Amino acid sequence: MSAAPSTAGAPGTRFSRLGLHLPGLALNAVAFLAGLAFWWAITAAKLVVLPGPHEVFVRAIELAVNGQLALDIFSSLKRVLTGFVLGAALAIPVGFLMGWYKIARALIEPYVQFFRMIPPLAVIPLAIVTMGIDEAPKIFVIFLASFLSCVVATYQGVISVDRTLINAARVLGARDRVIFPRVVIPASIPFILVGVRIGLGSAWATVVAAELIAAQSGLGFRMQQAQLYYDLPTIFVSLITIGILGLVMDRLLQAAERRLTSWQERAQ
Amino acid sequence: MTHSKLSFRNVSRRFGEGEKSFLALDRLNLEIADGEFVTVVGPSGCGKSTAMNIAAGLMGVSDGEVLVDGKPVSGPGPERGVIFQQYALFPWLSVRQNVEFGLRIKGLPAAERRRISDHFIGLVGLSDFADALPKTLSGGMKQRCAIARAYAVDPTMLLMDEPFGALDALTRVHMQDQLLDTWSRERRTVFFITHDVDEAVYLANRVIVMAARPGRLHKIIPVDLPAERNEEVRLSKEFAEIRNQVWHSVYHQKPLIEA
Ligand SMILES: Nc1ncnc2c1ncn2[C@@H]1O[C@H](COP(=O)(O)OP(=O)(O)OP(=O)(O)O)[C@@H](O)[C@H]1O
Ligand SMILES: [Mg+2]
Repeated sequence: MSAAPSTAGAPGTRFSRLGLHLPGLALNAVAFLAGLAFWWAITAAKLVVLPGPHEVFVRAIELAVNGQLALDIFSSLKRVLTGFVLGAALAIPVGFLMGWYKIARALIEPYVQFFRMIPPLAVIPLAIVTMGIDEAPKIFVIFLASFLSCVVATYQGVISVDRTLINAARVLGARDRVIFPRVVIPASIPFILVGVRIGLGSAWATVVAAELIAAQSGLGFRMQQAQLYYDLPTIFVSLITIGILGLVMDRLLQAAERRLTSWQERAQ
Repeated sequence: MTHSKLSFRNVSRRFGEGEKSFLALDRLNLEIADGEFVTVVGPSGCGKSTAMNIAAGLMGVSDGEVLVDGKPVSGPGPERGVIFQQYALFPWLSVRQNVEFGLRIKGLPAAERRRISDHFIGLVGLSDFADALPKTLSGGMKQRCAIARAYAVDPTMLLMDEPFGALDALTRVHMQDQLLDTWSRERRTVFFITHDVDEAVYLANRVIVMAARPGRLHKIIPVDLPAERNEEVRLSKEFAEIRNQVWHSVYHQKPLIEA
């Protein structure tokens, strides 16, 4: 895929990008520091019975040095990525099938719509009873969460492909088997990527909750353990790690999305 | 008798069902000879695009039949090039990749594709933008890219839906002359929809005037002007007369009391 041409408008773009992003970043930093100061102030003044930033930072270093943090991150990420990749890998073809063939749509859509109404976490008790308490039920629940959000987005993407683009391809001599890879797939990529992002978000939310219920490692499990010992700094470290990892994954996908859909006309 | 390249035989098209159905095209009969250039004018909503889509094989008829080279149309084909009212460029492909789309489907080798796309991109004046994505082009440039894409597959018939609508006056005249030039050299059959009465007369052998509600054929006005069209023709008295005649039949149509 070719990048946007560097002809007209490049200096203007660069200028406005600097003009927009620098104060934006500076403001972000100000907000971050203010939040930190606020947290420090209320805990130092003993207004709330919570650990302060210093205490949490020390615990984070401890957990990082003894390897426990890395192990927890690794277990949680492994579950999320396994479930998510399986879910997305199944959802994308199924979504295309539903969008392209009316019969497939009529057969599958009622199930998708129905299961979408059940929060993935509500499936955990059933999954534990039927699959035991090791990895399988957790991965299954994450798989379900990411599958459902991806499948709907892909299917929406395919049915909203502009008819005139399909017609343009047909009058140039393209048959269905060419139109599908050359027109339908590229035209639905923006939708699919939005679905993938939502899917990863819900997978991440689900894994932590699943680990709270039954696990031997992972960020959710660690918090659950810490809760038993009233270990608030560890709970904070886990929560912050969950937030940061979620944010990083989302930003990576967003960057991929930007690259893959740079051809889209965007309202400025 | 010259044989017809494109024939509409009693073609009707209805949208919707029952009470709320709408007759967009009412028993259209039209014979277009091989190598003929017809322009189609008429008020908005009179079924011009509908007729074109049917000829392109993108839309079925409710009644009647459409023949191309004497054979009933059953779908689109690359021998009928289409330029849509909305440019319909593939936004993820560059200008060149758009122009080469039909050539890839034909299975031409890369060097051959390149040669053809260079030629047609040059013809529409987009050489400096060959690698640009459609989102970076103006409306007129998009339209020119769509024109190059349709010309590139070398169709024997061109179905054009207001192809020059988004162009500025200067480019428009240039594109009109280009089209006439290609047409007179290669004798393609052209079915050309426009809102511009001057354009309709300047380009055509015959002007097809349509009427609305229901969409139907109103009048066929032959254009008896020299085959070679140029500025002189455009400014002639004969041109002005035909132009007035077309203008009158488009803008002073008597409303039909619908049955
Ligand atoms: N897919 C459709 N469904 C329902 N009605 C339609 C459809 N396509 C066209 N029509 C109706 O048929 C009539 C003719 O439409 P058409 O697009 O052929 O008009 P047109 O002559 O090309 O108009 P314009 O000059 O504005 O492009 C219009 O009244 C339109 O509302
Ligand atoms: Mg139209």
